[in-house]
Amino acid sequence: MAEAAAVKGVKDAKDVTVVEGVTCPFCGVCCDDLEVHVVDGKIKDVKNACVLGKDTFMHHLEGWAKPTIKGKPATIDECIDAAAEILAKAKYPLIYGLDSTELNAQRKAIELADLIGANIDHTSSVCHAPSLQAVQTVGISSCTVGEVKNRADLVIFWGCNPAEAHPRHASRYSVTAKGLFTTKGKKDRMVINVDVRPTPTTRMADAFIQIKPNSDYEVFSALRAMLRGHELDCVEVGGVAIDEWKTLLEKMKSSKFGILYWGMGLTMSRGKYLNVVALLTLIQELNRCTKFLSAPMRGHGNVVGMAQVLSWQTGYPFAVNMSRGYPRFNPGEYSVADLLANKEVDAALIVAGDAIGNFPAKTAEHLQSIPMIAIDPKESETTKVATVVIPTAQAGIAAGGMLYRMDHIPLVMKKVVDSPYPSDREVLDRIIAKVSAMKNGGKGAPKPAVKGGG
Amino acid sequence: MGRSLKIVGGDVYDPANGISGAVKEICIQDGKIVESCKGPAEVIDATNLVVMPGGVDIHTHIASPAVNAARAFRPEDHRHEPVPKKPGMRSGVGGTVPSTFATGYLYTKMGYTTVMDAANAPIGVRHTHEELIDIPIVDKGLYILMGNNELILKYLKAGEMEKIKRYVAWLLKSLKGYGIKLVNPGGVEQWKYGKDVEGLDDRIYYWDVTARQILKALSWVNESLGLPHPIHLHANRLGIPNNYLTTLDTMRTLEGSRLHMAHIQFHSYGGENWGGFCSKAAEVAEYINAHPNITTDIGQVVFGDATTITADGPWQYRLYKLSKNKWYNLDVEVETGCGIVPYTYREKNYVNAIQWAIGLELFLLIRDPWRVFLSTDHPNGGPFIFYPWVIKLLMDKAFRAEMLKRVHKRVLSDTTLPNLDREYTLSEIAIITRAGPARALGLTHKGHLGVGADADITIYPKDSDREQMFEHPIYVLKDGEIVLREGELVGSRDGKLLFVVPPDVGEMDPEFKTEFENFYTIEYENFPIDAEDIPNREAIPAGASR
Repeated sequence: MAEAAAVKGVKDAKDVTVVEGVTCPFCGVCCDDLEVHVVDGKIKDVKNACVLGKDTFMHHLEGWAKPTIKGKPATIDECIDAAAEILAKAKYPLIYGLDSTELNAQRKAIELADLIGANIDHTSSVCHAPSLQAVQTVGISSCTVGEVKNRADLVIFWGCNPAEAHPRHASRYSVTAKGLFTTKGKKDRMVINVDVRPTPTTRMADAFIQIKPNSDYEVFSALRAMLRGHELDCVEVGGVAIDEWKTLLEKMKSSKFGILYWGMGLTMSRGKYLNVVALLTLIQELNRCTKFLSAPMRGHGNVVGMAQVLSWQTGYPFAVNMSRGYPRFNPGEYSVADLLANKEVDAALIVAGDAIGNFPAKTAEHLQSIPMIAIDPKESETTKVATVVIPTAQAGIAAGGMLYRMDHIPLVMKKVVDSPYPSDREVLDRIIAKVSAMKNGGKGAPKPAVKGGG
Repeated sequence: MGRSLKIVGGDVYDPANGISGAVKEICIQDGKIVESCKGPAEVIDATNLVVMPGGVDIHTHIASPAVNAARAFRPEDHRHEPVPKKPGMRSGVGGTVPSTFATGYLYTKMGYTTVMDAANAPIGVRHTHEELIDIPIVDKGLYILMGNNELILKYLKAGEMEKIKRYVAWLLKSLKGYGIKLVNPGGVEQWKYGKDVEGLDDRIYYWDVTARQILKALSWVNESLGLPHPIHLHANRLGIPNNYLTTLDTMRTLEGSRLHMAHIQFHSYGGENWGGFCSKAAEVAEYINAHPNITTDIGQVVFGDATTITADGPWQYRLYKLSKNKWYNLDVEVETGCGIVPYTYREKNYVNAIQWAIGLELFLLIRDPWRVFLSTDHPNGGPFIFYPWVIKLLMDKAFRAEMLKRVHKRVLSDTTLPNLDREYTLSEIAIITRAGPARALGLTHKGHLGVGADADITIYPKDSDREQMFEHPIYVLKDGEIVLREGELVGSRDGKLLFVVPPDVGEMDPEFKTEFENFYTIEYENFPIDAEDIPNREAIPAGASR
């Protein structure tokens, strides 16, 4: 799609192409106001981006993966053949990663999973999957970031650190952003940070509450009890005086439009999805007094997009198993960590994500003992040990496509420079064709099932 | 040269062309219905079968960020309804919110070939198109939510009607939409601070305009752009006792202008409170009968599981409190809201039973079938797969009587349904499920079998059990290709996106970019959708302004 539209840049006398309105592929803030300066096909400067975004563009030429089979150099065609062979033979394969790529590649990965009866999971599984499970349990009162920009007078960051993980969230949406009813920006908002330790986010907050690790569930429950008018006969909850929680609750109740953003401090500490259930229920019930919303600070890359396309094609947002010829969902069984810890899968395809580098050693161990294919623009711990490595054009820089912001808003990524390598989507498409042909008894690929699928 | 096909010997029901059960040969060439085939043609023997145009659904929710949120947050809805992959077809899940591929297959299996998604926040339309691409076989279109758009409210406050017109045209053009949708105009904007509107003259916070002004403005814009479909309205006060007064007030406000009242069943309630909940179908039907400017779809309630998905945020908050079920709310910047609550309609619950009866009363009391269309407001009143069951209720008085014995007894005292003897004919069913909706959509090449029409055709068995008949077509043709044969899907293909091309009414002002970026969080240039991103599409030109 966006490949065709590619770059409608402005060329000036020095042969510099300036591409405006570029969407950054790095995090879930999805800033779409970047200005990328390209000279002779190389990125020379990036304006408006944060340090993380700028680095993503400026260093995109460094650390490229190389096409290899069992550590030996090979051509892309040979790699695709080898990958197809592994996947066609596998009895219970895993497809995983898929956060740092564009929508159409994700779509192709699901088509491949459907074809070979694979388990398909993505990096949500090890970050915000508990948030998704919590929403499945009780729902959520939420909004897009523009509502926060235009209306929020109380912003709470709980167990998240946007100052480092989502650097422009504060200036574009939630803290200093000036909107329709928040014309003075920061002066129109109160910002509160709750965490187990101070972080750089604490510095942009008006108040900081330091709670004991693993006490979030208890704190949310206490706040909810007090919201319902119960007096608690204790002096402190989560290491914080009860009066301090009362003050916080009063601030929440008296705000006109409040929002609570949460992060992995809740999803990956004791209680996991139950922490988020407690939080979401509290926020829903606050709507009896005022307008109150909540949202997870999501997004390395396009992880939200993967959950979206997986949901519309299979009905489930992560941890999907296709081995019976239809999708089944069972976190704890079909989620990546469990499939690997139980040593169930016999081959793996890792797309645009570093599994080995991020998993605990024991989990990574099984991955290294089975045939593994890595599709990635960059060298990583995963590509270092993969049986087949297929380098690709980096989505959002050398390949166009779509990605999703943390609040499920879709945006277009532009292709700003060329790459010698094919896109993730093209590689997956070619693997699908090869595998179909093999499964079809070597009679050649059948007519694609649903053209719209690609 | 393309493919030739002939359907011979069938009883043809083509109400748009005045044909009601006559045996007639239908010739197809290159996906269109023609006078006669150019060369040797494959023959489909339809002897003893019923031939109709493919079904047209004027109001359903099958794809959008809201629908997808509903899918993702209801795993319990899908797990008992797997849809296995087959050669040439993808796997998926059913339930009240089926996955995309399954949605295309399920509509086709029911003989439907054109479906319109009824609610899309502009900023999410890019997503909707991606989902629609993955809904195979059927042709699709989408309506764009405008009734709570803050830019429209701003221009309305300033009295800048021409600016609203240019903005609406720009939205439709940029997003490849089919029509203008309003959901609880003004009320969803109020919901952004936790409130709603009580009636059409409540002033909306800050913008200081009323629902009545929004209705009049967008109706005027719709007519002056000459759009093929009238404004598609989910009126204020949906679901609330005594809302029929607001419904009548709304229709009177737009007297003389084309108007489509969506899921009117949900807007025909009497009673001062839930205890006094009763039917006002007769009053609403009487008004519609006397006013030919109005079309409506019913939003029939079907007993069993449903998922309510609507932009009507304040209503969904009420339903969450009433039902105590899980509640998903997503307010969308500048544009609208969205709420999702799972819900189960029960035969023995008097409110649900009366809702069911009101839908049928409206079907039976509105006399002109060209102005009332079959819908369950999928999946709000129940899933679309129950259309055949609704058809049986409409065609078979004995079956209705059987159901009346099962449902809560208040239906007998609080509605007129037990006294209604009307039974729909096959021709009338053909009107409310295909010819009528196609006409109301301004789709001149859909919903009929005349020369030049798209060869979207369904062939049903003759079965006195009308549910069986409409649930199990023998053949379905899409664009002249057989997609269902002997009741089985025989192959998938892409459907088209139908989008409207509004007339040129001038560009937006130069300062609009700044205004847009002040309101939104994305760049103005990144908002429009490139037509090239939608591989299969068909532009429908707007007519002359009315």
